[in-house]
Amino acid sequence: MISVKNVRKAFGEKKVLNGLDLEIPKGETLVIMGRSGCGKSVLLKIIAGLLSIDEGEVWVDGTEITNLKRKPLNEIRRKIGMLFQSAALFDSMSVAENIAFMLNQHTDLSQQDMRKVVDEKLNLVDLDGVQDLRPAQLSGGMRKRVGLARALAFNPEIILYDEPTTGLDPVTCTEINQLIRDLNQKLQVTSVVVTHDMHSAFSVGTLMVMLHEGRKLAYGTPEEMINEDNPILQQFILFGAPDQILNIDDPTLRKYIGRDTQ
Amino acid sequence: MSPPTSTPAPSNGLAFLIKKRVYHSLSELGDAFRLLGETIFQIFRPPLQFDLLMKQLLLIGVNSLAVVLLSGFFTGMVLGVQGYVQLKPYAVEGSVAQFVSVSVVKELGPMITAFVLSGRIGASITAELSTMKVTEQIDALEVMGTNPVKYLVVPRFLACSFMLPTLTIFSTFAGIFGGYVAVVTLFGFNGDFYILQVQRHLYVGSVLISLIKATSFGMAIAAVGCYKGFSISTAGGAEGVGTATTGSAVISLITILILDFVLNHILFNVLGMI
Repeated sequence: MISVKNVRKAFGEKKVLNGLDLEIPKGETLVIMGRSGCGKSVLLKIIAGLLSIDEGEVWVDGTEITNLKRKPLNEIRRKIGMLFQSAALFDSMSVAENIAFMLNQHTDLSQQDMRKVVDEKLNLVDLDGVQDLRPAQLSGGMRKRVGLARALAFNPEIILYDEPTTGLDPVTCTEINQLIRDLNQKLQVTSVVVTHDMHSAFSVGTLMVMLHEGRKLAYGTPEEMINEDNPILQQFILFGAPDQILNIDDPTLRKYIGRDTQ
Repeated sequence: MSPPTSTPAPSNGLAFLIKKRVYHSLSELGDAFRLLGETIFQIFRPPLQFDLLMKQLLLIGVNSLAVVLLSGFFTGMVLGVQGYVQLKPYAVEGSVAQFVSVSVVKELGPMITAFVLSGRIGASITAELSTMKVTEQIDALEVMGTNPVKYLVVPRFLACSFMLPTLTIFSTFAGIFGGYVAVVTLFGFNGDFYILQVQRHLYVGSVLISLIKATSFGMAIAAVGCYKGFSISTAGGAEGVGTATTGSAVISLITILILDFVLNHILFNVLGMI
């Protein structure tokens, strides 16, 4: 579904991505992990066509998007929904207007039909009765849910999540993780999740990649990542949030971190 | 004897800094013109979103009317007082109405309106757009397939370009009226003679000059405001928004002054308008 081939990206002297190769098969949820500044969010923005690359190729649903002009790129973008780190809701609009924005811009749907879509998407993210509120009146968790509802408005085939649980309390984090998992199962979409939060990563990911110095350090299923004998990766996973990882009922993981009593 | 140190001479350092600054300024100027070019291109690409344009017209025009009228009125009063006092020793105080009207129509009307709007609207455009940039709202627009220049810049640019001449007309009338109030009430000047003088010395060409200047200032205010709002990096944060807003106000004022000089030269010297 998404293919990243030998991608290089630098900001001035600073090389962020240094020949990255990555495959994201259809229907999978890939978690991108890595230390701050390793290029996780940059990669997400490259996939969304928000940043250009210096070298390499990026394929989304069979189309090479690197040198696309705005119009064909927008066609590809209609298949993509993105949840931003700060939710990026439009302050000047109500929740309903935010969710209906893309429909309003790109379709001829009536107000009544748009209202139906808004209600349906809010229902998907377990929110109701907030349609007429402004983003400033919402809590952090609610903003993320509304951001997600907006990302789902055009029925995307790909959903990109940029640090979906950052800045949220542990209970809300768990709820958001559950929501992402449910949505991926319900909608059968391909998802890419950028996160530092190991609990979130192991909760939602069906595939994982660890970026280090602009390259792929490790790639595989959560179990494969746990068993990967790489000190940088293991340090990242174990020192990330070991107690939270324990919450996952994965015998391999429990054994690996030496907390399995059986 | 110790070897010479490798520290570059101060003049080299200064030359490097100047070179870097000039390169940076030229690069910014290029980006600003690129944004202006895309804005003009997008104006002619349908569809034009009238709801967004109306919102900006209301915000920029109607909401600025009171402050523009007040500024114009007091500018006219100052000109009336100054004109009368300066002209009286030469016994030509009868020309005060001509002095006030010509100054206000050709120069101070568009200039004062532009100054007021650059502080009130230019800075607010920058603050709004840069906040949207920092909070990733502009990226969100892009991901949702909406061109931010068409959606955000075009309505502001058109509203400023249309509203500045409109407000200048109000400001000019307020200025001429301010001069009238000042000279009639403070110096007992004949009111009817004042109006007659204004009518005699106001030409269509003068009004045209005023409107050309005002439209150009409006475009400049919107272009600078939008460019400074868009040019901030996402990592700029609140500090970046503050810096961009201050920069926008300063650059707008300087741009208006430079543009005024260029337009004066072209309109009066080259084209010979009066």
